[in-house]
Amino acid sequence: MDVLMPQLGETVTEGKVIKWFKSAGDAINSGDNLFEIETDKVSMEVPSIEAGVLTEIRVKEGEIAPVGGVVAVIGPPNGAAAPPVASSVPMPVPLAAKPTPAAPKVTAAAASAPRTPLKLGPFEEVRSPKRNFGPAKLPNGVTVTPLARRLAGEGGVALSRLKGSGPHGRIIGGDVEAALSSGAPRTMAPLPAAFADPVKSLYRGVPFEEIALDGMRQIVAARLLEAKQTIPHFYVSADADLERLLTLRDDTNAAAPKDTAGNPAFKLSINDLVIKAFAMALHRVPSANAVWASDRILQFRRVDIGIAVAVDGGLLTPVIRQAETKTVFEISFEMKDLAARARSRRLKPEEYQGGVASVSNLGMYGVSSFSAILNPPQSTILAVGAGQRRPAEIPGGGIRFTTQMTMTLSCDHRVVDGALGAELLTALKSIIENPVSMLI
Amino acid sequence: MAELTYRDAVARGIAQEMSRDADVVFLGEDVAKAGGVFKATVGLLEQFGPLRVRDTPISEQAILGAAMGAAMTGLKPIAEIMFSDFIAVCFDYLANEFSKSRYMTNGQVKCPLVVRTGNGGGSRFGAQHSQSVENWCMMIPGLKVVAPSTPRDVIGLLAAAVRDPDPVIFFEHKSLYATKGEVEDGEIVDALGTAKIVRAGSDATILALALMVPRALAAAEKLKAEHGIDCEVIDVRSLVPLDTQTILRSVASTHRLFTVEENPRLCGWGAELVSIVADEAFYHLDGPPVRITTPHIPLPAADFLEDMAMPTVDRICGTVRRSLQA
Repeated sequence: MDVLMPQLGETVTEGKVIKWFKSAGDAINSGDNLFEIETDKVSMEVPSIEAGVLTEIRVKEGEIAPVGGVVAVIGPPNGAAAPPVASSVPMPVPLAAKPTPAAPKVTAAAASAPRTPLKLGPFEEVRSPKRNFGPAKLPNGVTVTPLARRLAGEGGVALSRLKGSGPHGRIIGGDVEAALSSGAPRTMAPLPAAFADPVKSLYRGVPFEEIALDGMRQIVAARLLEAKQTIPHFYVSADADLERLLTLRDDTNAAAPKDTAGNPAFKLSINDLVIKAFAMALHRVPSANAVWASDRILQFRRVDIGIAVAVDGGLLTPVIRQAETKTVFEISFEMKDLAARARSRRLKPEEYQGGVASVSNLGMYGVSSFSAILNPPQSTILAVGAGQRRPAEIPGGGIRFTTQMTMTLSCDHRVVDGALGAELLTALKSIIENPVSMLI
Repeated sequence: MAELTYRDAVARGIAQEMSRDADVVFLGEDVAKAGGVFKATVGLLEQFGPLRVRDTPISEQAILGAAMGAAMTGLKPIAEIMFSDFIAVCFDYLANEFSKSRYMTNGQVKCPLVVRTGNGGGSRFGAQHSQSVENWCMMIPGLKVVAPSTPRDVIGLLAAAVRDPDPVIFFEHKSLYATKGEVEDGEIVDALGTAKIVRAGSDATILALALMVPRALAAAEKLKAEHGIDCEVIDVRSLVPLDTQTILRSVASTHRLFTVEENPRLCGWGAELVSIVADEAFYHLDGPPVRITTPHIPLPAADFLEDMAMPTVDRICGTVRRSLQA
């Protein structure tokens, strides 16, 4: 039975043990005070809710543990002489307690050990684990056995850094034990944030529906959290006049040959033109056509651009390769194919991995502007707003309404400095406002 | 200490209890004069006389009905159903009558009887005489279910069953009757609800029952010799009550679970045990629990097909090895 750091307030995430009333080896009765804790808001004594023997103190006086972290372990009462405790169920298996070096490994001899008959109620014939140790599948797609999850949770091992030695790359118990004994990097004890209970406790009495995370949602969450936390983002915005771009699009679409049923051979969208323009801009500003690679920068000659495609339950970012060499028509056809296959989840990994930049367009929803989170390892992402009729000053004075859109470029400051980001955005604006260059 | 066959252990076990307690009586088809169709009860008629050892008509309902009446009125009968498949013929007594009498009379009418029955395949008896049906009884509240794998366990568990105040269904395996084992002299009394670790190991736990115990043991030796996989083999012995402590302790130390069942796959006893382990010892599991069973088919009579259907040493080895390594 693990003794956990209790939740002491809605915003409290950790507690400090300031005093232990019991020592390892002491017999514990249910209700006995175990230790006293202190947070930035409160100090209180924590009683035991189990009877048994305090087998291990994990967090000593003066040390801090996160809420939900294991503070101590209470084992079953010693020996057969201890009377069975009616109110609490002594675990038949050391379910929670890690075998301490002193504890002999269970072997055949255990079968002849005295048996303590278990008193179980008719509705408690099975004792489910009282804690959850996180999902079987990590955001990176690796699966982890239940044993490995428990050992990692108890030992505070970051599973995402382990390499699985089990079948199909599964992380098994032995991998975690190896990491524990090699002193691999640990998270701060078990990650309480990984558990829903602290959040749910804030909504006690409020009806809600629990939605399990599918693989895509887990990956989106993990990647974007990582991106926003680890990449120094900054943002530059500019408005582009769309008049000429719209004219070009409309004229080109109007000239599209039609088949016998009257369907045009192509239909270019603003998005197709923006992709092409962004590719050209990146080609013109090669220093920005680069990504961060931990200890160096990788700069590319070709321009591979990802396009964010909203799909049921998440998003995918298929990549148009060498977009700077492709015509707007080619980009348009390729985009339609990629988007359709993204929505039916039939993209191959190589079709959505890599790339140096991305385009995210929410213009069709009517938003004026927004800023996007980078899609690692890319160094820029262009957030495109809706084309809107806005007043503009015309040469020689006076005001005219033109169609304009706001573009916001998110940059990885490790690769793209402010001036470089501005240079890239200005190049993009120039291409969009002089779209004939796209056709050359 | 003497070497005894499983078959002779049955007679010795019954004799031990009949000698100890004059209320213990024994009845069934051909059990007295003929000494049982499997020759498992030879000599009992001569030793205890026709009043306490009785041949019955070929009517399973009559056998269990008589045994139930005797038990309700103070005797401690041992009734034999020749083939466990025939439990279906007298299922009402098992499922509705003697399994419920203590509860429905608030303890006024107890039913301390034992139903011994020849269970299991491997003897080419065909689909109606070869079934492994301990799971049929396991699911009925009010019954206790035992299935020994060794001559010593036959005597010890039979004694425990006879002395138990509630009805116990005692599954003897037909294909084990000729097997031998060392049995100590004197009275042997075991305890219901106790599993036995028959081979200690560290890499995986294999749960087995009756005929599957020797097969699991042979597989464990082979896995060790050929692949270095060290399996712990547990003879479950008693399904109700069930020794979850021994099983869970073992899984907590090996982290892998396999069950070897003769039951056809659907709702075999292993399903229940795997469910308990998946629930209680989930965070001790380092891989999926795996069941090795007879497929969900009527058991064929042809020797080749019957051998294919029931779990074999090779199938156990292959399944364990693949699951641990592949």
